Amino acid sequence: MIMPFEYLDHTADVCLRGTGETVEEAFCEAARALFNLMIDLEQIAPKRSQRVSLFAERLELLLVEWLSELLVQKDLTDLFLSRFHVDIRQGKDGFHLEGEGWGEPLDPPRHRVKLEVKGVTYSGLHVAHKGKIWIAQCVVDI
Amino acid sequence: MSEEFTLKRISQSEWLLEKSGEMRVPGRIFADIQTIEQLQTDVAEKKEWNALRQVRDVACLPGIVTAALALPDVHPGYGFPIGGVGAFDLKEGVVVVGGVGFDINCGVRLLATPLHKEDLSDVLSELADDLYRTVPAGLGSEGKLRLTLDEIDQLLREGARYVVKRGYGVEEDLVHIEEEGQIPGADPTVVSRLAKQRQFRQVGTLGSGNHYLEVQTVARIIDPEAAAAYGLEEGQVVISIHTGSRALGHQICQDYLKEMEQASHRYQIPIRSKELVCAPILSDEGKRYLSAVACGSNCAFANRQVIAHLVRSSFARILSLAAEKVRTVYDIGHNNVKVEHHLVDGTTRELLVHRKGSTRAFGPGRKESPPAYRAVGHPTLVGGTMGTASYVMRGTDLGMEKAFGSGIHGAGRALSRRKAAKKYWGEDVKSAMAADGIILRAHSLRGVAEEAPGAYKDVERVVHAATDAGINQPVACLRPLLVIKG
Repeated sequence: MIMPFEYLDHTADVCLRGTGETVEEAFCEAARALFNLMIDLEQIAPKRSQRVSLFAERLELLLVEWLSELLVQKDLTDLFLSRFHVDIRQGKDGFHLEGEGWGEPLDPPRHRVKLEVKGVTYSGLHVAHKGKIWIAQCVVDI
Repeated sequence: MSEEFTLKRISQSEWLLEKSGEMRVPGRIFADIQTIEQLQTDVAEKKEWNALRQVRDVACLPGIVTAALALPDVHPGYGFPIGGVGAFDLKEGVVVVGGVGFDINCGVRLLATPLHKEDLSDVLSELADDLYRTVPAGLGSEGKLRLTLDEIDQLLREGARYVVKRGYGVEEDLVHIEEEGQIPGADPTVVSRLAKQRQFRQVGTLGSGNHYLEVQTVARIIDPEAAAAYGLEEGQVVISIHTGSRALGHQICQDYLKEMEQASHRYQIPIRSKELVCAPILSDEGKRYLSAVACGSNCAFANRQVIAHLVRSSFARILSLAAEKVRTVYDIGHNNVKVEHHLVDGTTRELLVHRKGSTRAFGPGRKESPPAYRAVGHPTLVGGTMGTASYVMRGTDLGMEKAFGSGIHGAGRALSRRKAAKKYWGEDVKSAMAADGIILRAHSLRGVAEEAPGAYKDVERVVHAATDAGINQPVACLRPLLVIKG
């Protein structure tokens, strides 16, 4: 069985990988992998939603945009997200993403915090399909 | 096809990665045999990230001077290796976002007290609780100093000086911060509004990951002359603060990674991996990024200045120690890029030196060091791992010659976070530290497991290799009494 998301070995930081039957699913799982580094996902109830709208020339760059935008919104709104929905459309110049995430504001000690993620790198950046499975992965800085 | 890297041993702790293929200069690695073997194992096992490849790729960048360097705490990063140093010619060279990283000017502040470790024995637990409450740390923590957008701009321009003006610390602190806590050329207009907004609640916060606050004792003096200049003596209580530029620095990096990705295409710079996106130093993009790094660096200096103030308030409450008795020994960053003068083949040249997980370590006589330290060279601060030792070191003449005056910054990770979390339990790490008489207060037990001392290389070995290579000299060994983690 394929894990919806997983972490690959990286000495200093963390390489996260989301997988799915569509590129959208893989993006959602990559986002879940991102937030799961900070708080266990089962502790985050999907009470409030957050929408994002993004554009990038290439799919790989869109993944960096997507994850880094979620980090930014987390700092601005204090919302930690655990459930996602993503639509990606290919346009003339690149790819458009409409995304929504559901979660709740940080509430320790009910939320047992883990680590802070500093940013999303271009290292290990990979968005592609292998057979029927889409992969969306990159290294995040801890 | 497997990669091959031919390393030539120059001395016990110095290795040459010979120039081949597209390399413009060789690689030079200062490390012991165990570290070299680990790097070679990573290559043999075809790990996706290996530091030897990262050294080689840095050596291929335009304008690089003399050699791409790695210091004894080297391990794989992204772009540059951690423990990596690259100096570039100002006209021909490039500025690389991956040569600085997300946590711009992440670094260590060392404070010294007149107390002896015996003075703390009855109050150590109380002090730990007070520091844990006083210094905001961990995911989602918020600082007490709230700034407006205009005030953030002032902080980015003035660095530590700005928060001293606001009552956090004293003028005397500034003299003992690298570049007096204020890097010139910081123009807040090159930093996005988003970066500033992310920082609103994070001024004066420690963060998480490998960041920490430790109350330590000077366990051993190794270099009495330098220790006397720095005002350190055996048994003395000191405090180390390890943190960086928080969300503001992270967002600067994120913004400029994107800008440099486009710049690399625009200027047709041949880069071997997208982790090394860059721009010519003298290009508009290059200048803007350097100014943004100055802003991020100033933010980090200010952050450590605010935390130093909070630490002083704890010592005043618990030990009735006046704030002015807690002196700043030094404050130095280890994720930086700076314009510096270095002697290259007999000629003094102005170079842009990137240090990723490496400090500046200028030897004796440099004007950049505070006057009181100039004769011996400024201190460099080497963070240990929780429960083991940290070191105060200094630069050497040989280090100026061979390593652009650079120093090690810590033990360097040996295990990935995932492997460490599988191998260690946070509670067990805490108990083991307690058995050694070290108090730990942590916001995240998962973080404790990932930061377990066993996940790092032996700091003694790393210090020994830097000393043996002659690039840094140990001055004092510090041992933790209490540790606060995010």
